Amino acid sequence: MKITVKLFATLRNYYEKEFSLEVPDDATPGTVVKQLNLPDKDIAIIMINGRGQKLDAPLSESDVLALFPPVGGG
Amino acid sequence: MNKFIRVNMTTMQVTTEAVPEKYIGLGGRALTSNFVNDEVKPTCHALGKNNKIIFAPGLLSGTTAPNSGRLSVGSKSPLTGTIKECNTGGLFSQKMAKMGIKALVIEGMPADDKFYIIKLDVNGVTIEESPSEILGGCGNYETIQILNEKYGSKVGMAITGPAGEYGLPSANISFKDPESNIRSAGRGGLGAVLGSKKVKAVIIDDTGAQPVPLVDPDKFRAASRVFAKALLDHPVAGQGLAAYGTDVLVNILNEAGGLPTNNFTEGRIDYNDLISGETMNATITERGGEGKVSHGCHPGCVIRCSQWYPDKKGKYITSGFEYETVWALGADAGIRDLDLIAYMDRAMDDVGVDSIEVSVAIATAMAGGLIPFGDGERALELIKEIAQPTPLARIIAGGCSIVGKLCGMFRVPVVKDQAIPAYDPRAVKGIGLTYATTTMGADHTAGYCISGNILKIGADLDPLKKDGQIEYARAMQIGTAAIDSTGMCLFVYFGIGDNPDGYQALIDMINAQYGLSLTATDVDKLGESVLKVERAFNKNAGFTNAHDRLPEFMEYEPVPPHNVVWDFTPEEIDEVYNF
Repeated sequence: MKITVKLFATLRNYYEKEFSLEVPDDATPGTVVKQLNLPDKDIAIIMINGRGQKLDAPLSESDVLALFPPVGGG
Repeated sequence: MNKFIRVNMTTMQVTTEAVPEKYIGLGGRALTSNFVNDEVKPTCHALGKNNKIIFAPGLLSGTTAPNSGRLSVGSKSPLTGTIKECNTGGLFSQKMAKMGIKALVIEGMPADDKFYIIKLDVNGVTIEESPSEILGGCGNYETIQILNEKYGSKVGMAITGPAGEYGLPSANISFKDPESNIRSAGRGGLGAVLGSKKVKAVIIDDTGAQPVPLVDPDKFRAASRVFAKALLDHPVAGQGLAAYGTDVLVNILNEAGGLPTNNFTEGRIDYNDLISGETMNATITERGGEGKVSHGCHPGCVIRCSQWYPDKKGKYITSGFEYETVWALGADAGIRDLDLIAYMDRAMDDVGVDSIEVSVAIATAMAGGLIPFGDGERALELIKEIAQPTPLARIIAGGCSIVGKLCGMFRVPVVKDQAIPAYDPRAVKGIGLTYATTTMGADHTAGYCISGNILKIGADLDPLKKDGQIEYARAMQIGTAAIDSTGMCLFVYFGIGDNPDGYQALIDMINAQYGLSLTATDVDKLGESVLKVERAFNKNAGFTNAHDRLPEFMEYEPVPPHNVVWDFTPEEIDEVYNF
């Protein structure tokens, strides 16, 4: 299935900021991180379709997966 | 810190006393709020003779503890009518602490129309007439240069800008930073209070002051090392904030659907990367020149969330260029140009107004038809006109609530007449509870629930659900009131929120400095006591639980993309302060 991946802050050093990606049907944010070879420690905030999720959450066709490194402000 | 200084602007008398017994263990916000509750008539007019304004360094200010140079300024707010504690960086807090000054109180007001300068140095306090060239519309950047010439470039300064001279409700107090640029005690109009007392500036010269005494220097140094390591080793406190500043939040809140857009009618924009922290970082890096990605607002800051944002030729435009300002102008007011927003940020610092209040007021004015939507050039002109002020500029500087009333609007994002910043409470429920209940009027820094709702630091709550939010908003407000009393920058929370050893090191530094044996429970109790005192003042000023509510439209207008409303009941909201 196809999903959209969005990367932010330092994760943009590895890939462009937004792209579509073919992933297995049982993909999760965790498997996508592995598929992209992103360092685990650089993944702190995960959102699927704008909702906060964990690494093992299920992904569906056309989902938007957003990955952020540890960042904050206020 | 053993001196308690009072300057009476009615009699022009200065008294320096020993610190009253009941204030000896207090600093920062704990001291300013207790003092305001003890001495300011809650029903007084904030710009009348019975209001007072107090400046107090935190418990650790003036020491070598990292990030301990924040100052608390307390008073009754002319914007909200509540008690107010404004917190700022700059040079003032550390100089006060080194000079042994626990608090500076300014009370009364002169009968004449002249503006004055109060000067503190190791020989005492003097009051003199203000030079005329810095009055009546002179910008703060120029004022700092003129006062540097007169008093020396190393002095600290607190300045009433043009907006404060005119008594406008969004007027801030501007503080000189280490490079003679500007930091602000921003929210709630305390610049208008200082202006009402005819104080154009307070100058502080710590030449000849001694280092802050420490009861157990070895223990202090050991704890300070642990604390510094906790900050520097944390990816947000040690690296993230320095690289991207607070503006990194544009993309995070946008993705979460909590970025208030077009006067709080939507929660997401599609041009986010025109104004994001990533773009700010890239722009500063590409332009070079005077630009710098990281900058500290006071000596000893290791987090360095500020920056120098340069123009296309590399010349400094502004620093302390924060997410909340960029959000309000970029998303809420639809100004899609980071350079233009930077010039507006500079102009707001220059006329001395709160960049949250005025930026949200601009967005409200656009929704109300006073300014064309997205017209940054016109908005910039209006900000500059605050220096005169023209009638429309005066209205904008009146703040969001006044603009909304004058435009006949119901969609006015304020709590207790203070503008709601940067995070839509419908889509990030924890922060909504803080906005509704804090003693300050809508204020994200009073209990930054974004941390556990969105950033997943210190807690992990679903921002769209009510579960756990009441307890979380209560704990964050209590913890914040305690940190605001130490002189620490609130961002130390990112470094110690998930690190008990780092938190203990903060307490150990206080213990080593004063010879105490405080525990984490004592610190929580301090935070609770501060909130109770502030709430008591507000109650006596006429505030009830019915004022602890968000704007009604948020209960019936769902905000996209999640299409959620504000659904906490009044009884649930009131639980936040049930302690």
